[in-house]
Amino acid sequence: MNMSARAKIQTTPAKDWILFIAFSIVILTMPLWTMPIGASYPALLQKFAIYGIFAIGFNILFGLTGYLSFGHAAFLGVGSYAAVWSFKLFTMNAIPAVIFGVIFSGLLAYLVGFICLRRTGIYFSILTLAFAQMCYRLAYSVLTPITNGETGLQLSGGDPRIIDRMFFEASPGLPSPRLFGYELGGYAGFYFCAVMMIITFFIAMRITRSPFGMKLKAIRSNQNRMNYIGFHTRPYTQMAFVISGMFAGLAGALLAVTDPLAGAERMTWTASGEVVLMTILGGVGTLIGPVLGAGAIKYFENIFSAFNENLLHNTFAILPDGLENIVVSAISPFVGNGWHLTLGLIFMAVVIFLPGGFMEGITRIQRYIDRKRNGSVDSKTENEKEPNHG
Amino acid sequence: MSRSKNNTPQGVSRRTILKTGATAAVVASSPMFFMRNAWAQEFRNDPSKQSTVTFGFNVPQTGPYADEGADELRAYKLAVKHLNGEGDGGMINTMQPSSLKGNGILGKKVQFVTGDTQTKSDAARASAQRMIQRDGVTMFTGGSSSGVAIACQSLAQELGVIYMCGLTHSNDTTGKDKRRYGFRHFFNAYMSGRALGPVLKEEYGTDRRAYHLTADYTWGWTQEESMKNTTEELGWTTARTVRTPVGAGDYSQYLTQVLSSDADVLILNHYGNDMVNSLTQAVNFGMRDRSVNGKNFEIVVPLFSRLMAQGAGNAIKGILGSTNWNWSLQDAGSLAFVKSFGAEYGAPPSQAAHTCYVQTLLYANACEMAGTFYPPEVIKTLEGFKFDGMGNGPTEYRADDHQCFKDVLVVRGAEDPTNQFDLLDVVKEVPRSQVEYDPSIFGGELGPYKV
Repeated sequence: MNMSARAKIQTTPAKDWILFIAFSIVILTMPLWTMPIGASYPALLQKFAIYGIFAIGFNILFGLTGYLSFGHAAFLGVGSYAAVWSFKLFTMNAIPAVIFGVIFSGLLAYLVGFICLRRTGIYFSILTLAFAQMCYRLAYSVLTPITNGETGLQLSGGDPRIIDRMFFEASPGLPSPRLFGYELGGYAGFYFCAVMMIITFFIAMRITRSPFGMKLKAIRSNQNRMNYIGFHTRPYTQMAFVISGMFAGLAGALLAVTDPLAGAERMTWTASGEVVLMTILGGVGTLIGPVLGAGAIKYFENIFSAFNENLLHNTFAILPDGLENIVVSAISPFVGNGWHLTLGLIFMAVVIFLPGGFMEGITRIQRYIDRKRNGSVDSKTENEKEPNHG
Repeated sequence: MSRSKNNTPQGVSRRTILKTGATAAVVASSPMFFMRNAWAQEFRNDPSKQSTVTFGFNVPQTGPYADEGADELRAYKLAVKHLNGEGDGGMINTMQPSSLKGNGILGKKVQFVTGDTQTKSDAARASAQRMIQRDGVTMFTGGSSSGVAIACQSLAQELGVIYMCGLTHSNDTTGKDKRRYGFRHFFNAYMSGRALGPVLKEEYGTDRRAYHLTADYTWGWTQEESMKNTTEELGWTTARTVRTPVGAGDYSQYLTQVLSSDADVLILNHYGNDMVNSLTQAVNFGMRDRSVNGKNFEIVVPLFSRLMAQGAGNAIKGILGSTNWNWSLQDAGSLAFVKSFGAEYGAPPSQAAHTCYVQTLLYANACEMAGTFYPPEVIKTLEGFKFDGMGNGPTEYRADDHQCFKDVLVVRGAEDPTNQFDLLDVVKEVPRSQVEYDPSIFGGELGPYKV
């Protein structure tokens, strides 16, 4: 490995700060640069930020320790329910809702982790999946008084909202979540989520760089060796699991803050699978990767699914008629309700050609540019498959 | 202003610039003082400055109600065509009273965007938010599930954009979860129960034992409640009520329990593919050939649709249910609608298509009548609006709960259908007076006009 490549992998606090500041700027200016791709509207921007948090949290567990959880949606759901109940019982302020969401999902994560972390590999994945499905079924059946079943938990005019009532009278109509007087709808909601995301990114970065993070990475590379040298790994994996569950709870609570409704469908196994996809698509173990993956999936879900044949005909109107119809009929199975198909193809392409996700693509481009600049080719860097942890 | 500042020649003083600036500001803002009214009427996605008005069609394109969703979308596209004066005009010609001119709405051409609700509240709201925030829709409509309709309706109230419900049959939609910005043309579970009661009594007597299988969400719950109340009033008893998850696919575990109970009537509170599956499986279990307590075992499906009948095939024969509308009706409105729908798509419309088509026209007509797209005015026009010629006879949008009141059809699966679409025979047209109720029995509150 030549010196320039080593320098890239090495991280310094200064570089981290640059990364962090660049990340913050990119996130906060998101309404501007998403304009050309038709994604610049508050509801989708909020989803980008929220699922970014979810994926960052998931990556702390999967990316660092290598434990693949298939049940993270359960924590997301619990976070949402806790937040909506906080709105219903106490106050429309978003801060208590977020705190409750994080606490309750943390408690559930502790319990689930306590049981599931006794196993590793596929057994761990299956156990978490089983727990998540159990939570989903419970929310759907016996817990209906708390979750309102399939209809979903909603605010209603008759909610007590004890703390709010102490300060002011109820206004007609349903209240909306607020932050000390500022309503958190639209772009305000996005900036609230964006700030939360930047904070979680910072925490994730500190964890990755800390001795604790180093131990988690060691667990991933060889847990047995850790045990042999006298290291008790359980507390560390348990900790990582709880932190990651709390991040998911935060994401769930933010979903409720931006749109005060919680449904059991947030906890289905497909929702758990989605965050796995996001992380793998973006790059497992990288800091930025999961955020990219989350953005890509949410973009497909919301924008690609809205394309219909009319829109395609308009887009390709410049082509001659016969050709236009051929192009439209060739593309239409991949857009609209066929967006899953496109996503599947992209996922396959990424897994086959870029096993390190989008981040590997970016690293490769970076190296290519570096090589061009230096004019020398090092065959070793070529073979380097380990994704850049930075 | 900043531009003139940059180009300021040396001779002009700062003072002059400030003075000009101040004057300009006063002049620019003066219309605000004089046009108070225009200012007060500012609302989300106001189309008055554009030459077009956009509707959002938010229907399930995937999931258990996808068939209904596809048919709804066809109806919406047809409605847009007719509103813009293309095609044969359909029900625009039969609607009374009608202010529609076939030149769009208030002179603006109608455009539309579509979205997939996936029959999930989250996805439906995400899709609706995209329509409202990015695509600038003035009205959105659709949905083939009451859970989705209720979620969309409360979003409509939050954002101040009118939502015209598509197919939603739960009592809650215009009951405890009703909203000022939501309107429902479709009938509801309570009305189904009221309409079915006398027919059930006539056909199956007063001494029956019913077993309910119910889709586990708002619609199923209210449907089950309404059917239970109706049948128990007839003197029937209820053996058990069992909730099944939406989209379950395999109902054998629930059906074997029905076989081992002492019930002699099975009431399937299912809809869409769920109903197709549960009914087909129940018939395959040989339920209809059984006799329990000395009586023939019967199956009742309170909410029927032609699309479901098509899916269930032979299993549907002789089964009783209720429906909002059927294409075989012979009034002028139905004939006109079936004709233009058939000419466009080569198949008759379903009841879902009918209600969605009518809702789009009703909204358009209300805008024309009100002379504005300003939601509070449009809402006031729709509230208490009485109309005819839309396939259901004289109909009224009740102001108290935004529920339409009209005749309800009791239907039976055709014993020997003459063609592949003629699957339901109308047993009885139950008059409106028999299915009417006091809006206060379900509670709920509509909320404010202005949000």
